[in-house]
Amino acid sequence: MSFSTPPTTNQFTERLTLHYDPALKRNRFNQVANAIAAFFAAMAVVPLFLVLIYVLVQGGRLLSLRLLTELPPAPGLEGGGIGNAILGTIVVTLIASLIAIPVGVGGGVYLSEYAQDGWFSKFVRFGNDVLAGVPSIICGVFIYSLIVATRIFFDQSFSAMAGGIALSVLMLPTVIKTTYEGLLLVPQEMRMGAYGVGASRFVTITQITLPAAFTPIATGVVLGIARAAGETAPLIFTALFSPFWPEGLFNPIATMSVLIFNFAIMPYEAQNELAWAASFVLVIMILGANLLARWISSASRS
Amino acid sequence: MTASSPSTVASDVCMSLQDVTISYGSFEAVKNVYMDLPKGKVTAFIGPSGCGKSTVLRALNRMNDLIPGCSLKGRVIFDQHDLYDKRVDPVEVRRRIGMVFQKPNPFPKSIYENIAFGARINGYKGDMDELVERSLRKAAVWDECKDKLKESGFSLSGGQQQRLCIARAIATEPEVILMDEPCSALDPISTLKIEETMHELKRSYTIMIVTHNMQQAVRVADMTAFFNAEAVEGGSGKVGYLVEFNETENIFNSPSQQSTLDYVSGRFG
Repeated sequence: MSFSTPPTTNQFTERLTLHYDPALKRNRFNQVANAIAAFFAAMAVVPLFLVLIYVLVQGGRLLSLRLLTELPPAPGLEGGGIGNAILGTIVVTLIASLIAIPVGVGGGVYLSEYAQDGWFSKFVRFGNDVLAGVPSIICGVFIYSLIVATRIFFDQSFSAMAGGIALSVLMLPTVIKTTYEGLLLVPQEMRMGAYGVGASRFVTITQITLPAAFTPIATGVVLGIARAAGETAPLIFTALFSPFWPEGLFNPIATMSVLIFNFAIMPYEAQNELAWAASFVLVIMILGANLLARWISSASRS
Repeated sequence: MTASSPSTVASDVCMSLQDVTISYGSFEAVKNVYMDLPKGKVTAFIGPSGCGKSTVLRALNRMNDLIPGCSLKGRVIFDQHDLYDKRVDPVEVRRRIGMVFQKPNPFPKSIYENIAFGARINGYKGDMDELVERSLRKAAVWDECKDKLKESGFSLSGGQQQRLCIARAIATEPEVILMDEPCSALDPISTLKIEETMHELKRSYTIMIVTHNMQQAVRVADMTAFFNAEAVEGGSGKVGYLVEFNETENIFNSPSQQSTLDYVSGRFG
C-alpha cells in the first residue's frame, strides 16, 4: 500500500459538518442513555418524597401543641398526644449517646493514633464492620437476655436504661468508624508539629488532632444519633412501652418508634391517628438531625 | 554504653553523633555517621535526595520515633546525655530541640494560640501576650500578624505560615532549632525573609538546616555537611553516608572529596 494514493470517498473519510446533529445515531443513543440514567436517579429519591408526603398528609393535620405535650388516651377515648413518647425517645437516645460517644471516640482514637497496624487493630476494625451489619433486632435480643431477663438493674426488667444500651450498640460502629476515618484525614505534619514543640501524645491528641477532626466526628455522631432515634426493633423488648410519663431510667419508657408500632395496629381510630402523627414528628426529627449533620460539615469548611 | 561516659565531647559542641546508623526496618538508610555539631552556629546538611540527611536531622530530636520501624544504632550526645538512652524522655528532648518542617504546618487555631500552645504545655507562667509578641518579632512576622492575632493560622500566606511555625518553635525557648527544608515550599522572597530570620536567630540558638538549595547553604550556614548515597552489594536501594563535614567555605571552595566537588559544582545529582 502506498501513501500517495488519493483517499477514496467513503463514510470514514467523508468530512461532515462540525455542527451538532441530533439525528446522528450516536447522539440519539446518548440522549436515550441519558434519559434512562436520569429516570433511575429520580426513582432513587421518589420513595423519600412519597414517604414524606404520605406521612405529612396522614399525620400533619393532627399537629398541635396538644400532640406534643399530652399523654395518649386510654383505648376507646379520643384526643390526647404523644408527649411521653417524644420525651422518652429523647431520654433513650441521650443514654445511648452518653455510652456510644465516649466509647466510640475513644476506640476510634485508639485505632488511628495508638494502635500499630497489627492483628489487634485489624481485628477491631473488622469486628466493627461486622457489628455495623448486625440486624438491630439481634442487638435487642442480646440486651434483652443480658439486662432485661437477668433483672440486673435494681431488679427491674424492662427499662429506659436497657433501651439506651441497646441503641448504643447500634450507634457504636458508626461513631468508631467516623472517628477513625476523620482522624486519618488529619495530616501527619500536624501531629509532627505538635510533637516538635514538645507536646506529649495525649496533649497532641486532645488539643490538636481531635479538634482538627471535629467536623467528620461530629457529623458521624449526629448521623449515628439519627439512626438510633428511629430504631424500633431493639426497643420493643428492652424499653418496652408505657402509656404514662417516664418514671425514671430503670422503668419501662415510651418511645416514638414503639408507639408507632403499637398504635398503628390497634383497632382504635384515635390511636391510629396518633401513630401517624408520631411518624410525622419522628421523620421531621430525623430529617432535622441529618440537616444538622450537613450543616456541621459545611459550616466548618467555609 | 552509659549516658555518663561522653566526657570526650568538647564544650563548644552542641550535639555529637557517634557512629550513628539509622534503619527503616531492615533497610539501612544512613550509615556510620560521626559528627560534632558546633554550638551557636548554623549547620547545613546538603546532598542528593535519598542520602539520609533528613533522616539524620529527625534523629536529633527523636522525631523518627514516630515512624514505624525506624531504629537507630550508635549515640547522639546532647547536654551530656545519649538521647537514645532508655531513660531519656523523647517529649523532654523535643522541648529543648525544636523543629520546623518542610511544609508549613500551623495548628488549626488562631495565630496567638499557635504560639501560646507550645509555651503553655511546657508550663510557661509568664506574660503570654509578651511571649507571643516577642516570638513573632524574632521570627520577623510580627508586622504581618499583629492586627490579626485572633485569626486562623491558615489565613497567612505560605511564607508567613512558615515564619509563624518558626515563631512557634522559638516560643518554647529551645536550645536547638532543626529545620527540614524550611524554604522548599516557598517563593524566593519568602525564602530570603526566612534566611534573614535565621541570621538573627543564630545569636541565641544553634540551628541545623537541611536544604536542597546550595546557594542557601552558602548564604546561611557556618558549617556544611555533605551526604551522599551509594548502592551496596546485596542490599536493596542506596545507603546514605556522610562524605564531608567542614566549614561551609571549605566545602564549596576546596572540598577534600571528589564527590563533594562534583555535587557542589553541579556535575552530579
